Amino acid sequence: MSGDIYLDNAATSWPKPPAVLEAMQEFLATAGGGPGRAGHHRSIASSRVVSLARESLAELLGAESPDELVFTKNATEALNLAILGLAAGVDRIVTTSLEHNSVMRPLRALEQDGRCAVDVVYADGRTGEVDLDEWAARVRAPGRCLAVAVHACNVTGVLLPVETMAAIAADARVPLVVDAAQSAGHVTLTVASLGAAAVAMPGHKGLLGPMGTGVLYLAPGVEIEPLLRGGTGSRSESEYQPEFPPDRYESGTLNAIGIAGLGAAADYLRSLGVEQVEARLDALARRFRDGVGDIEGITVHGPPDPTHTVGITSLNVDGVPCATVARLLDDEWGVMTRAGLHCSPAAHRSLGTAPEGTLRFSWSHTTTEEEIDVAVEAVRTIAARERRPEPARTVA
Amino acid sequence: MRWGGVVSFFASEHAMRAERLLQRAGLPARLVPGPREVSPNCGVAVAFVWEQEPEVEQTLNDAKVRFEAIHHFDLDDGLAAAGAAR
Repeated sequence: MSGDIYLDNAATSWPKPPAVLEAMQEFLATAGGGPGRAGHHRSIASSRVVSLARESLAELLGAESPDELVFTKNATEALNLAILGLAAGVDRIVTTSLEHNSVMRPLRALEQDGRCAVDVVYADGRTGEVDLDEWAARVRAPGRCLAVAVHACNVTGVLLPVETMAAIAADARVPLVVDAAQSAGHVTLTVASLGAAAVAMPGHKGLLGPMGTGVLYLAPGVEIEPLLRGGTGSRSESEYQPEFPPDRYESGTLNAIGIAGLGAAADYLRSLGVEQVEARLDALARRFRDGVGDIEGITVHGPPDPTHTVGITSLNVDGVPCATVARLLDDEWGVMTRAGLHCSPAAHRSLGTAPEGTLRFSWSHTTTEEEIDVAVEAVRTIAARERRPEPARTVA
Repeated sequence: MRWGGVVSFFASEHAMRAERLLQRAGLPARLVPGPREVSPNCGVAVAFVWEQEPEVEQTLNDAKVRFEAIHHFDLDDGLAAAGAAR
């Protein structure tokens, strides 16, 4: 192996800003008490860290109040909380064909339990186009409905028109849950004006925080059943769950050390500007796409114009299993990518890349041009060396 | 300085935010273990200078910070006036 080039930021971002590590070390060294659990100074120090992080994230995401943000352990928990909560009493859930299993599995479980039907509207993984007439028709159909849509596809990075989809849903008085797993921190997102009932995101991808952190935005007035019930440090005299946010949704001791890191990451992103991150991701996308554009024997997926693809590009080397290409890239060049279906079987069916999947390259704003160039030349070498013609068919 | 006033909250998150907002507004404020006479709801409360009660209340309302009640309460001597002021 000759290098250490991390191009799997769509799974989890690396490296984190140095301030994230510093905040986590500082938390353990000087705070360390149970957040919201007592009045002694270590508990208060811990509570302050959590509160400041919530405030910084509210600023970053454009929430009207920090109370609209719930800390979770990841985007999956945030999505489960939102979907299972908002699905109470609905007949149908309308979603898209580009969803990750963190959406599809809760939806299919609800369907299997006979609690509601699931309507999947086709979305084009290459262009991000959704048939908005079909989306509107399904959302407006009789009965009580919930809508769920991914903001950016985790296979191609293409963005869906969630603002328009949210407006259609709002017009039909249908709550919309947005999965911002790949877009948060990568594109400017103002949750207060998006019009969605809920927006779920991980803390450890584009938001640059540590693993074990996630955030759910719940719009003002949205009240749902919590996933967990238990101690909150508030209303201790009562055996019933508090009604007020954020305590209603945050039972059990929070991952305050992780939240300390996430808060520092939010401060970093506010200082840098998400639009700067987006511009950098786009510049690297153009460089990567230009670089692989003249390689014979590969298929690049996603939109022809790689602008606004949140730092993700998927490709296949024709005739070579993508897992083999991933192994060669890591073994020989130290280039880390992710091969396969990326927990998004429906998205791969939409792209026509199931069951083999694709090889996903995903960079961050700190990835260098040189690293992109090494990855491009490595793909060129593998394509020239490993590509096999389609095997001849044996006719009996 | 005598604090003289205490704000009680349902959630400690709101107490943290209140202390920060009051201090940013130039109003002396500090988190204290919530006196049981004031509220059993959360572990902490925010002490402030009672003479600044109107500004404290205004600041919290403007920022839409949820609080349970504002009390005329001397941390050393206990409740100075019966019941909650607000």
